[in-house]
Amino acid sequence: MSDFQRRRGAVGYLLLIPAALWLVLFFVVPFYSLLATSLYDPSGSDFRGYQMTYEWSNYTHALQDYWQPLVRSLIYGGVATLLCLLLGYVLAYAIAFKAGRWKNLLLVLVIAPFFTSFLVRTLSWKLILADDGIVVNTLQAVHLLGPDGRLLATPVAVIAGLTYNFLPFMVLPLFASIDKIDHRLIEASGDLYANPVVGFFKVTWPLSLPGVVSGTLLTFIPAVGDFINAQLLGSPNQRMVGSVIQSLFTDANDYPAAAALSMILMVLIVAMVLVYIRRAGTEELL
Amino acid sequence: MAFVGASLAALKLPFFATSGAQQDPAQCRATDSSASDRNLVVSNWPAYIDPKKKSTSTLQVFEDRTGISVSYTDDVNDNAEFYAKVKNQLASCQPINRDMIILTDWMAARMIGLGWIQPLDAAKVPNLHKNLIEPLRNRQWDPKLQYHAPWQSGLTGIAYNASKTQHVGSFEELITRSDLKGRITLLSEMRDTMGFMLKVVGANPSKFTSAQWGNAIDKLQGAVDAGQVRAFTGNEYIQDLAAGNIVACEAWSGDVIQAQFDNPDIKFVTPEEGLSLWSDNMMVPNLAQHQSNAEAWINYYYEPEVAAKLAAWVNYICPVEGARQEMEKIDPSLVDNQLIFPDEKTLSVAFDFMPLDDRQTVEYERDWSDVTGG
Repeated sequence: MSDFQRRRGAVGYLLLIPAALWLVLFFVVPFYSLLATSLYDPSGSDFRGYQMTYEWSNYTHALQDYWQPLVRSLIYGGVATLLCLLLGYVLAYAIAFKAGRWKNLLLVLVIAPFFTSFLVRTLSWKLILADDGIVVNTLQAVHLLGPDGRLLATPVAVIAGLTYNFLPFMVLPLFASIDKIDHRLIEASGDLYANPVVGFFKVTWPLSLPGVVSGTLLTFIPAVGDFINAQLLGSPNQRMVGSVIQSLFTDANDYPAAAALSMILMVLIVAMVLVYIRRAGTEELL
Repeated sequence: MAFVGASLAALKLPFFATSGAQQDPAQCRATDSSASDRNLVVSNWPAYIDPKKKSTSTLQVFEDRTGISVSYTDDVNDNAEFYAKVKNQLASCQPINRDMIILTDWMAARMIGLGWIQPLDAAKVPNLHKNLIEPLRNRQWDPKLQYHAPWQSGLTGIAYNASKTQHVGSFEELITRSDLKGRITLLSEMRDTMGFMLKVVGANPSKFTSAQWGNAIDKLQGAVDAGQVRAFTGNEYIQDLAAGNIVACEAWSGDVIQAQFDNPDIKFVTPEEGLSLWSDNMMVPNLAQHQSNAEAWINYYYEPEVAAKLAAWVNYICPVEGARQEMEKIDPSLVDNQLIFPDEKTLSVAFDFMPLDDRQTVEYERDWSDVTGG
């Protein structure tokens, strides 16, 4: 190995240091403390302190007690991700291929909601979907909703809120992928007698897969753990696992149960993501 | 599963386990620099004081009169959240850089029990001992007023929108009447809502057994499963009530008075089950640096004319005797308001929630959050 090569290796390691330190401080340490907390003796309290008793039953209890909100979160997150993909793909495609000189403006508009707070945006959905509001009244007038029907405090409102809030996370990676596609490849498919539909599924879609994979991950993972949408737009019957963890932690002060449930959620998501990436066959992405 | 557990238990994690959070206030005491350092740091709930900028505001007058400069922050939004915020410091005898915090009864009781609160010097707060109204004296968790001074007090009852529904007279009705299905909210403060639920199942919230608690929780779970309860909320219920998303709810008296100014159809009801009486209390946390300044503040707010000025703006129950007479001069329309100056008859139906020990707290709060979803 030449001197030059060796030095290049050392530079590589040096460049890793800032991010590695950051992650050790803000990910490894909290993660370790979370893991330890999840194994505390559940009969502890703030008064008495907590003993480390390697209480693995915290996990089985958490699963028994909270499998419903856990499953519900995965379903809501999954549906919201699918809706984001449908809406986002069309939008990203239009921005990349059809927008011409409006491209940059449209991209700014996609990001624009981030200029206001997440909370304010979700609260404004409460106004839009209000029982006496224009949306509900219109749906009632065309009999899509019964006279006593409503949207707030139903799964519809929660999923709509999730879809809205996470849509930009889907659109941006999709746009980045679609925008890179070489138009000549699509033209070539036409030259080879593929009609536009076949051309889309044989050329455009496979080439945009990296964007689809990263977009769905960026949407699904935070959507599953979200609790603001369920809290503001749903009723207690729509609660998601994020709000269960939050209330176990801050209200019940049941730290072992909250930590165990967090660990379960994390393991579940990591497992699902790994399977998904395998299936999507895009390991080179990561 | 047992096999996995056994093999995982072999994995040992070093240096963990936390010790108890109990402290001794006599040990965790800072030297009082009030005399040389004329500052006071107060943490209170939002919209809980008359507008501070005005030169005649209660806060400005306090500063002018004492020369103490007050750094006032409204960073208490939720008892449990605030507890989580200061817990690590107070549990290990570290300062939280505040001289006064204002928390609700049950949280005040918990912090006093944990030894996180400094005793007040009775000689420096004579107005408190002289003027505190009778119903707020002799609380089980600090009967001699050694650690706390109520800032404002309030009643929890029922509110409804008279233009949308008929009179709602009891909690039982609220959680069972079919025309209210999905159109009511309850409060996310466990003691408020469960106090009423215990009453509904015939128990006494000031003294109940765990079997009675179980009945009350089951009753509430039934109402939630039936879709009767739309949400468990903090202050935001009042917007939903005005907007018509809900037609009735469990409500705090002061919120209802303020909403009535805009919408006279909103009514406050004393439910058949009674009223829950609570207060938010001023306390000096351990290692506060300006305890005497904090005591000067407490003494000042227990002067009847100051208390009346505050009550005229905040609209909660004024805890100060004699403020009612002072209110004649400020706003005579509020003098006979039972939600600001309740008489004995109103308060005769008020109930208090039993103090819980630490294990009960974890258990009951967990039952509660299982039903409400947090």
